[in-house]
Amino acid sequence: MVVTPIKFYQTGSFAVGGRLLGEDERSVQSDRQRINSIDCGHRACQGCGEALGARYALDAAMRATGNRMVAVNATGCLEVFSTPYPETSWRIPWLHSLFGNAPAVATGVAAALKAKGRTDVRVVGQGGDGGTVDIGFACLSGMFERNDDVLYICYDNEAYMNTGVQRSGATPAAARTATTPALGPEPGAVFGQGKNVPMIALAHEIPYVATATVADLRDLEAKVTRAMEFRGARYLHVLVPCPLGWGSASHDTIRIARLAKESGIFPVFEAEGGEVVTTSKIRHRVPVEDYLQLQNRYAHLFGDPPRADVVGKIQALADRNIRRFDLLGED
Amino acid sequence: MRRQIEGSRAVAETVARCRPEVVCAYPISPQTHIVEGLAELVKSGELAPCEFVNVESEFAAMSVAIGASAAGARAYTATASQGLLYMTEAVFNAAGLGLPIVMTVANRAIGAPINIWNDQSDSMALRDAGWLQLYAETNQEAADLHVQAFRIAEELSTPVMVCMDGFVLTHAWEPVDVPGQDEVDAFLPPYEPRQVLDPAEPSSIGAMVGPEAFTEVRYLGHARLMAALDVVPDIADRFAEAFGRNSGGLARSYRTEDAETIVVALGSVLGTLKDTVDELREDGLRVGVLGLTCFRPFPAAAVRAAIGHARRVIVLERAFEPGVGGIVTQNVVTAAPAAEVHAVIAGLGGRAITKKSLDRLLRQADRLPPLTFLDLDRPLIDRELGRLAASRRSGPTAENLLRDLGAVASRIG
Repeated sequence: MVVTPIKFYQTGSFAVGGRLLGEDERSVQSDRQRINSIDCGHRACQGCGEALGARYALDAAMRATGNRMVAVNATGCLEVFSTPYPETSWRIPWLHSLFGNAPAVATGVAAALKAKGRTDVRVVGQGGDGGTVDIGFACLSGMFERNDDVLYICYDNEAYMNTGVQRSGATPAAARTATTPALGPEPGAVFGQGKNVPMIALAHEIPYVATATVADLRDLEAKVTRAMEFRGARYLHVLVPCPLGWGSASHDTIRIARLAKESGIFPVFEAEGGEVVTTSKIRHRVPVEDYLQLQNRYAHLFGDPPRADVVGKIQALADRNIRRFDLLGED
Repeated sequence: MRRQIEGSRAVAETVARCRPEVVCAYPISPQTHIVEGLAELVKSGELAPCEFVNVESEFAAMSVAIGASAAGARAYTATASQGLLYMTEAVFNAAGLGLPIVMTVANRAIGAPINIWNDQSDSMALRDAGWLQLYAETNQEAADLHVQAFRIAEELSTPVMVCMDGFVLTHAWEPVDVPGQDEVDAFLPPYEPRQVLDPAEPSSIGAMVGPEAFTEVRYLGHARLMAALDVVPDIADRFAEAFGRNSGGLARSYRTEDAETIVVALGSVLGTLKDTVDELREDGLRVGVLGLTCFRPFPAAAVRAAIGHARRVIVLERAFEPGVGGIVTQNVVTAAPAAEVHAVIAGLGGRAITKKSLDRLLRQADRLPPLTFLDLDRPLIDRELGRLAASRRSGPTAENLLRDLGAVASRIG
């Protein structure tokens, strides 16, 4: 009888599930005993990157905490699509207060748990990029500098999607939004604006800062798990493509997220105590066009006439990330 | 035991004896001494277990209190003036979520022009936030109201604002019997939340509610406030039994039995007002005072009963609604539509309400217009009106007025 050796193709790949892996190496999502932190039936759009990211991140956090966790949510898509009265998708203790105060509310929950001697229960704050980098930014920075025991997760889809795709401080240059229309000589969002909150978080020298995308969900799970090993303020910035706002196909969400990383436009890294400790290297480098062309928000760059000059400026931003984070270096 | 103590310190010590588990604060005059006192009591370990969180804004202060309260902790903060306005969104939110947070407001004017002194524009601006509002007449009452506030808030699952006049009370030293720890423990049971973020029993708090139930949620909030009209006097009675002194309640009458004129007021001015009334009574003027301790909910029935057959009511207010007139006045008119009600706006931005001015005012009570601004400097206003008429580029009003006065020092007379 011919014996065919099994090849563990999925080991180390982007694939999730890993039925060929040992029990302890499998993803949280492959665990049928996991608690679905955000359960089915919610009203996110098809292909929503935020719903996907939140599910993986929170389930990983639940596993890391032995299901002893409280989530605090900023106003935004995630809040709206998960809790239309009288339904809720949350199977975890979940609190929504306002748009701009989720980090401070999370601080309050953590303070209460500490006063009650319940430090076994951990706190996750979460919001979109608007709730995090703009309106919630003061509360976020305050939570960071006090080193409150909160993991804050920003699901970054690079604009105010819940209100109809308006520009945020996380909207990338040249992207078309409802308030940065693709009109005039410099269409879309302006170059030289916007803020890099992962780097700002780093400057607070909090215990843990990481970025991730929904293309590499094992990496996202691993980072949440790592984050929960620390006490104090932690920040996770997850790139979550938005088919509605980005004008992309629902089935391209993961592909676009991967191209963001592989082009260098979205650097994926991990930092501890203010120092970058790992960067996810680019495996197959692609030009930014590959990333941009799948999204209608950049369609004006590929029309008539094409704006190679603008694409070149975006490529320069990606190249800078590649240099800055050594994204082409050895693992 | 009565001892000479600053109002803020008395409040800080009293709040500490209510065993809050989370205290969060952002400094603003004249609230600072209260939270400094609490910071000291937490840091020294005297108040434990308690987390004191130094937040980056009042918006964060109320937000931390919301998170703490939703996690089942007794939560407290204090603020004033601009700080209260800065946290406004979260103030409404706390009430909407039904979280029994207690907050001290050290009443102060609102800018511009910036002014750190006392009036009640701040808490009055948030009268519709869904919170109970209790106004202290003295520092003893300010201290006592906090003990009652926690109990009322937790019984009703509704936040309570304890308002005390900035500086006039917060910075005044006078004898106060700070409630003892054992007495407070006996009076105030541990907080048992109606809703809590608990991994053993996950629930979603703060879900979106559309037109199908929003009115009902709001109605229930209203019903809780209306229930407070019974709870507040009940708790005041229980407090009197336990502590042997009267503090709180809805409203208190002073020499109103046969009064032709009743003056309605809130807060520390009641002391001056009662002294004035005593002197006027000696001259045979039939004047009385109705002090409102509880402004939200508005104790309409109690006010109506207290006003009774008085010929006229004068509402003395430390705030007003520009373009309308008196705020408390309108509530009094609604409660007693048959009464002849006059609004008198006084003591804005720290201007002292003197016995002399009150005496003059009340002696001409029968000739009062519907709206009066007490001690208004008419020539000063006329000069600025003249400038406004004479020149388009007349410049900033506040600076013009100060130049006219010839002094930048605040006017207190």
